Amino acid sequence: MTTLVFTLLVFGGSFAAGLLGALTGLGGGVVLVPLLTLAFHVDLRYAIGASLISVIATSSGAAAAYVREGYSNVRIGMFLEVATTIGAICGAFLASRIPTRGLAITFGVVLLYSAYLSWERKGHEHVAAVGSPWSARLRLNGSYPHEGGEVSYRVDRIAAGFATMFGAGTLSGLLGIGSGAVKVLAMDKVMRIPFKVSTTTSNFMIGVTAAASAGIYLRRGYINPELAFPVMLGVLAGSLLGARLLVKTRVSLLRAVFTVVILALGVEMIVNGWMGKL
Amino acid sequence: MSEPLVNLPDHIRSEDDRRMETLMGRLLQIGVLVASAFVLLGGILYLREHLGTVVGYGLFKSQPPELRHAKTLLTALAHLRPEAIIQLGVLMLIATPIARVIFAAFAFALERDRLYLVISLVVLGVLVFGLHAS
Repeated sequence: MTTLVFTLLVFGGSFAAGLLGALTGLGGGVVLVPLLTLAFHVDLRYAIGASLISVIATSSGAAAAYVREGYSNVRIGMFLEVATTIGAICGAFLASRIPTRGLAITFGVVLLYSAYLSWERKGHEHVAAVGSPWSARLRLNGSYPHEGGEVSYRVDRIAAGFATMFGAGTLSGLLGIGSGAVKVLAMDKVMRIPFKVSTTTSNFMIGVTAAASAGIYLRRGYINPELAFPVMLGVLAGSLLGARLLVKTRVSLLRAVFTVVILALGVEMIVNGWMGKL
Repeated sequence: MSEPLVNLPDHIRSEDDRRMETLMGRLLQIGVLVASAFVLLGGILYLREHLGTVVGYGLFKSQPPELRHAKTLLTALAHLRPEAIIQLGVLMLIATPIARVIFAAFAFALERDRLYLVISLVVLGVLVFGLHAS
């Protein structure tokens, strides 16, 4: 394959990954790394480096659109970023200690778990949490626009949420993904923050988390500029288009298809990792 | 949602927060745009040089040192090496979320929110550590 053909194909694949990631809300990183390694036979470390860069681009590029909706909570985000950034640095250090096979198997397990989460997730809003007394002390209480008024909310189980966020950061630094699914899980399920607030705040946090480990990847030489070029631009263009289409498209069928794709990729990553092919 | 909604200080504060976030969102978008332009420029120059060559990313070899450190990257840039131009774009991209944290720290300082000024500075400290560690 010549450089031009390779670059165009990787751009197309990254565009599709970004588009599907935005439409389904699962992010492009989870399919991007398996795509690069399984279909294009890129070394897992290069794939992770390129994915990490595209994760930052998607997060920062979509920020303005998310802010306009008025759901994100900058204090919750900043507070939890303490956990995700420290986790990300631990993850990046772990990545150089774990053999490629181990990374591939871990990635596969994360894919299977993402598929499960996406299958299970339904449009739900829980009853407003009573909230931990620390919610007010840490100024995490907030409000979001709803049917012309404002709905206020409090935050629950802060320590457990903080710990889960550390785990999300570690996965992000280890595998070069945004781990948005785990971040939303920590805010929505553990801390009982309203779903819309969780997803938009998570988008902000993804970029900061990825930036914490990106420097380490760059210095180790894991970020290949020739590969980062089509991957970053492809994912960014795909996810921006996806965010536009999101308003008009019914995503339930798409999500079901995507779930099956993730499931298959997860199995393939585990099998390939187990047999030492990656 | 059964909770009473009247909590005036919270509402006023969230207005301030929203204005700050809107500004931050714009800042990030501009950063991504500029970074993408550099990556695109470097990428096109790279393709022009390597049109017919055959690729292989199947084997991991660490990137050459001059592309991994800011100082030496500048020298490579001075020679207009396409890979260095892409890497500059990548560095700018990594800088966008960091700029967001710095911006938030300033905004919290203006709001006299000392707790969140400290939290922002802790996050910033971790990010700076990440840039220097390897």
